[in-house]
Amino acid sequence: MKKRKKNPAGGKRPKQIAAPEAPTQTPGDIQPSRRRFLNRIWLILAAIGVVEFGVMLIHFFRPRKPQAGLPEAKTRITVGRISDFRPGSVTAYPQGRFYLVCLEDGGFMALSRQCTHLGCTVPWDAENQQFACPCHASVFDITGGVINAPAPRPLDRFPVTIENEWVHVDFGQRIRRGQFRDDQVVYAKNDNE
Amino acid sequence: MTGRTPQRTSRRRFLNNLILHFRPTTVPAATLPLTVSWGLGGMAAILVLTQMVTGSLLNFIYEPVPSLAYPSILIIHDDIVFGKLVRNLHHWGANLLVIVAGLHMLRVIFTAAFYAPRHVTWYLGLGLMALVLGANFSGYLLPYDQLAYWAVTICTGMLDYIPWLGPYLKALIMAGEEIGPAALKLFHTVHTTVVPALFLFLMTYHFWRIRKAGGLVVPKQPEDPPTGTPLRVPTVPNLIVREMAMTAVILAVLLVLAVFFDAPLGEPANPGLSPNPTKAPWYFAGLQELLLHFPPVLAVTVIPFLAGLLLLALPFASQPNEAASIWFGTRPDRIAAGAAAIGGVIVTLLWVFLNEYFRTEGWHASGIHRVFSGEIAFGLGLAGLAGFFFILRRRVDLSRHGAFQAVLMLLTSVFLTLTIIGAGFRGAGMRLTWPGG
Repeated sequence: MKKRKKNPAGGKRPKQIAAPEAPTQTPGDIQPSRRRFLNRIWLILAAIGVVEFGVMLIHFFRPRKPQAGLPEAKTRITVGRISDFRPGSVTAYPQGRFYLVCLEDGGFMALSRQCTHLGCTVPWDAENQQFACPCHASVFDITGGVINAPAPRPLDRFPVTIENEWVHVDFGQRIRRGQFRDDQVVYAKNDNE
Repeated sequence: MTGRTPQRTSRRRFLNNLILHFRPTTVPAATLPLTVSWGLGGMAAILVLTQMVTGSLLNFIYEPVPSLAYPSILIIHDDIVFGKLVRNLHHWGANLLVIVAGLHMLRVIFTAAFYAPRHVTWYLGLGLMALVLGANFSGYLLPYDQLAYWAVTICTGMLDYIPWLGPYLKALIMAGEEIGPAALKLFHTVHTTVVPALFLFLMTYHFWRIRKAGGLVVPKQPEDPPTGTPLRVPTVPNLIVREMAMTAVILAVLLVLAVFFDAPLGEPANPGLSPNPTKAPWYFAGLQELLLHFPPVLAVTVIPFLAGLLLLALPFASQPNEAASIWFGTRPDRIAAGAAAIGGVIVTLLWVFLNEYFRTEGWHASGIHRVFSGEIAFGLGLAGLAGFFFILRRRVDLSRHGAFQAVLMLLTSVFLTLTIIGAGFRGAGMRLTWPGG
């Protein structure tokens, strides 16, 4: 404040003596080309910096893979023996966020518990043999097929494998599907195969 | 006593000096009356600042980890003196901010204050509006109760419906298949670092552009002669006193809300149990309501995209010469806008009730529902808007600007009605009910 008052010119600094402008005044194409070149290098460096920052940003926001050794890294689990599941039954696996469905003909499916409308968790209604979403009234049959909109597509499924009477599900690999097809059901291998 | 006077005047001069570093020395006298701006922009700015203060306080206690988030809210409620009040202030401040910023936007639209040289201010304002919604939404998950968990789940579920981009956007925001530790961490970081930084940047830029434009638009009736330079009065005390009064009003409203109404806190989040019904936060309830009436691609992609485009395109509409900063310009404009507002409410209510009727009668079986809720309904709606504009122009002989504003009013009215129905009148299974019923 005090310094300002001393200066009558409204706080503005006295005009600096202009730097010698001779180099920039040289006509046309001899001198400025080097300057232009150096300026261009600055620009290129800045562009590289921006790209690097962008790449860094993408990597920071990428969904992370669970570290090996942590329990959540293992997504393929053994859910039980074939004989544990009654035909026509649905068993919930909350830690894997899926249902293991044993169809009437003995085929197995692993269905996501997320409604395909807006992602609510769909409970199994054993009495009516259907999945009924509490949020927006979508209804699915035992194979995950849509009975009632607004759900736009059947429940997602996870790959099921059967090895030596044991049923395995990999809940790390969600599979979207447009409709139910027979090849989505997994059966225990017959002896003659 | 006399000895204190010079000290006081020097303090006064210091204060004035401080104020005048971020306010102009004079403002146009005609922009000062309350009815020109309702002080909404200033109120929004005050709310953003209070959010930063209360948010910083909460952040000292809050734990952004699923197992600790909810308990840390309980600590804020039960163990910290005034903790619950601060959380209530933050909650109501956030909701008030959506309302105040929304009203501010409507004020700018209907006083036609978005034309050049204020178009940059308008775009910055749109950015700020998006930021207000982003701030609210990113904060919505943090209590990690059932309400928060499922509202955010279905909002990200809506993103899934966007063709091509949707699943990637959803994966980015949810940071995985389901909302969990990664999503909470992401939401918390965005809410407490990215959002405030962007607020400070956009707000200062917004204010600077207002000042560059010479303050608010000076109101001018069509019959007024074109004036040269408007009469300007000193900012201190004319503007400052009014701003302080508006600050006191908004802080009083905020305090009353925070003292008498507690911010909701439900059961701790349970990923295995979806409540019935599950609703988006109220400011997205209009969007969720659209989803009940239109196919997903229209409801969450085409219609929001068109609405955004319309807002972005506003400054390109032809600038009216006849009036400036007058609500709806002329008296016929006001009547047309009033009719549009009432008509929008009636049409929307009829439409929602008819849709509900067809839904309960098994709407997927009949073809008639497509007339009310499919692409055909969308086409009819667009045709209705065009017809309304045409009638106002040709039959009522409104100016283009007036007719345009009436159409905007109609859209606003429809959107607000949908939001109110979606937020207040949808119960179990998203059926129509009375609030609380």
